[in-house]
Amino acid sequence: MALLEIRNVSRRFDDFVAVDHVDFSVNAGEFFTLLGPSGCGKTTLLRMIAGFDQPDEGAIVLDGIDLKDTPPEKRPVHTVFQSYALFPHMTVEQNIAFPLKMARQSEDEIRVKVKNALSQVALNDRAARYPHELSGGQRQRVALARGLVNRPRLLLLDEPLGALDAKLREQMQIELIALQRDIGVTFVFVTHSQAEALALSHRIAVMNHGRIEQLDEPDRLYGAPKNRFVADFIGNVNMHEATGQSGGATLTLLLGKLGQITAPARPGLAVGDAGVFVIRPEQVSIRAASEASPDPNQFVGTVNGFLYIGDVTTYVVDLPDGARLEALLPNSAPGRAKFFELGDPVRVSWKAEAGAFLTS
Amino acid sequence: MRRSPLLWISSALVFAFLYIPLIVVVVFSFNNSKLNAEWVGFTFGWYYVLFNDAAMIQAALNSLIIAFVAATLATVLGTMAGIAMHRYRSRFLPFMTLTPLAMPEILLGVSLLIFFISVFGENALSLLTVIIAHTTFCIGFVAIVVRARLSGMDESIFEAARDLGATPWKTFRLVTFPMILPAVIAGALMSFTLSIDDFVITFFTAGAGVPTLPLTIYTMIKISVTPEVNALSTLMMLLTLFLIIVATRVAPDVLQKKQMVNDEAENRA
Repeated sequence: MALLEIRNVSRRFDDFVAVDHVDFSVNAGEFFTLLGPSGCGKTTLLRMIAGFDQPDEGAIVLDGIDLKDTPPEKRPVHTVFQSYALFPHMTVEQNIAFPLKMARQSEDEIRVKVKNALSQVALNDRAARYPHELSGGQRQRVALARGLVNRPRLLLLDEPLGALDAKLREQMQIELIALQRDIGVTFVFVTHSQAEALALSHRIAVMNHGRIEQLDEPDRLYGAPKNRFVADFIGNVNMHEATGQSGGATLTLLLGKLGQITAPARPGLAVGDAGVFVIRPEQVSIRAASEASPDPNQFVGTVNGFLYIGDVTTYVVDLPDGARLEALLPNSAPGRAKFFELGDPVRVSWKAEAGAFLTS
Repeated sequence: MRRSPLLWISSALVFAFLYIPLIVVVVFSFNNSKLNAEWVGFTFGWYYVLFNDAAMIQAALNSLIIAFVAATLATVLGTMAGIAMHRYRSRFLPFMTLTPLAMPEILLGVSLLIFFISVFGENALSLLTVIIAHTTFCIGFVAIVVRARLSGMDESIFEAARDLGATPWKTFRLVTFPMILPAVIAGALMSFTLSIDDFVITFFTAGAGVPTLPLTIYTMIKISVTPEVNALSTLMMLLTLFLIIVATRVAPDVLQKKQMVNDEAENRA
């Protein structure tokens, strides 16, 4: 049975619809992520699960019980806030002991649990410090320990890594995955960072304008986006206006002036349907224009620019119709990091089964 | 950076203007003469006279009782008002709470006098009416200090307390109150100093039976200004100074608040 059910929940603020008929469920032990740009309603949804806000419509059900009349302090749900929200007048130890004290556990029990929680986040030597004496990463860990120490049914995390620098964020992501796996508490994680969502989650709900655009596992979201928004929001993608020509085992598309290409089949497509063809940069092969390619879809263009990242280089190629296409090339060949120069004529190509045609 | 000598001179003059009268009062409290006119010799005699003046001791006692009770009441009510102003963000509440601060004292004094007499009768004026009056004008002061402290705080800290299992009352007791405590203490100390040296409102609300220190000093100087008044003033100055120093230590931003109150009231007008 699902641990948490969001049943057709809506929330309006005056004229603004923050959450619009959202419906999904989270399984026990899952790392579930709400992903979307700012203002998409993900934080409002989180606040309703925590009990700081009430849905105008629909129900939030935990363990089969509607939480409508349960105030935040009675919900077996704890939150890790974006700002960490540590109590500034309490030591690390007292912060972590707070939820246990509120649950009226015995002194002995509290001492043992706080000690365990401290070692879980490797902060034993900071127990007597105050939050302002800690680094950002340490505060983050205290907030996590405080949220988990009383083993809530559900831990909500509101962009908890947003305030950390890139290196520390990656380290915390790894710690977070390990912690969730070891403790087995269900996580509902809110973020606007698609990379973070892909790296951490079992399942992701991509939200936009208060609605869920797609709910799927990370590789499905990346590999088979349902619509333009998801394709564009998750990772990098090339998009080109296209019209359906003929269906069947494979799909023939007309890419405007570029001509026809072959794309993966899509059921329910009518000839003449307009949409976009999307393809990831790493699915596009790039070679010198003079070299032949076995791929059915190929065009010749010129290199307009490139981004050298280190492990890979992204080449921006101008196509004959003025459109731009990004192609990604790994720099794994020894001693070579740059294959093409600006202005070089190149051949870009991709396989018939690569990319997707999206009509919404 | 070099500063202009003109700047030095003008600031020296301003400070002289502010502090020389106070220094003169203190110096002449040790003057061995019945008059404040010229220096005769050093003595603690006027302090001795002061401490043996039964009327004066009674007045001091009255003032201390009034200041203590009024400051306590104002702190409790003002803290509640400050939290409410912060939480409910109404425009009406700050207006209601802060107006008495910006209102001319004489207006407040007269209206309180009329109110007490018309509601409680001709003989209503007592220690109690002074306490009520002082509480009235101190509440707003405490409220604004508390609100200022709250508005600089991360709201999610209070939500975190609820989230982790604290009831609203426990959230207040274990998180909100400890965090605003410096502002509460500062508000209490400032209320105490405001109350103990208030003359105008006290004059209207005290009646004949309850002389406070400022009222007694006023009566004394109508007859003649003896250095006993200087001795008393010096002691009051010391007490006030002490409380202000303590208040500014616990909440360094307190001294700017009085100005804020007036600005806010003007903006609303």
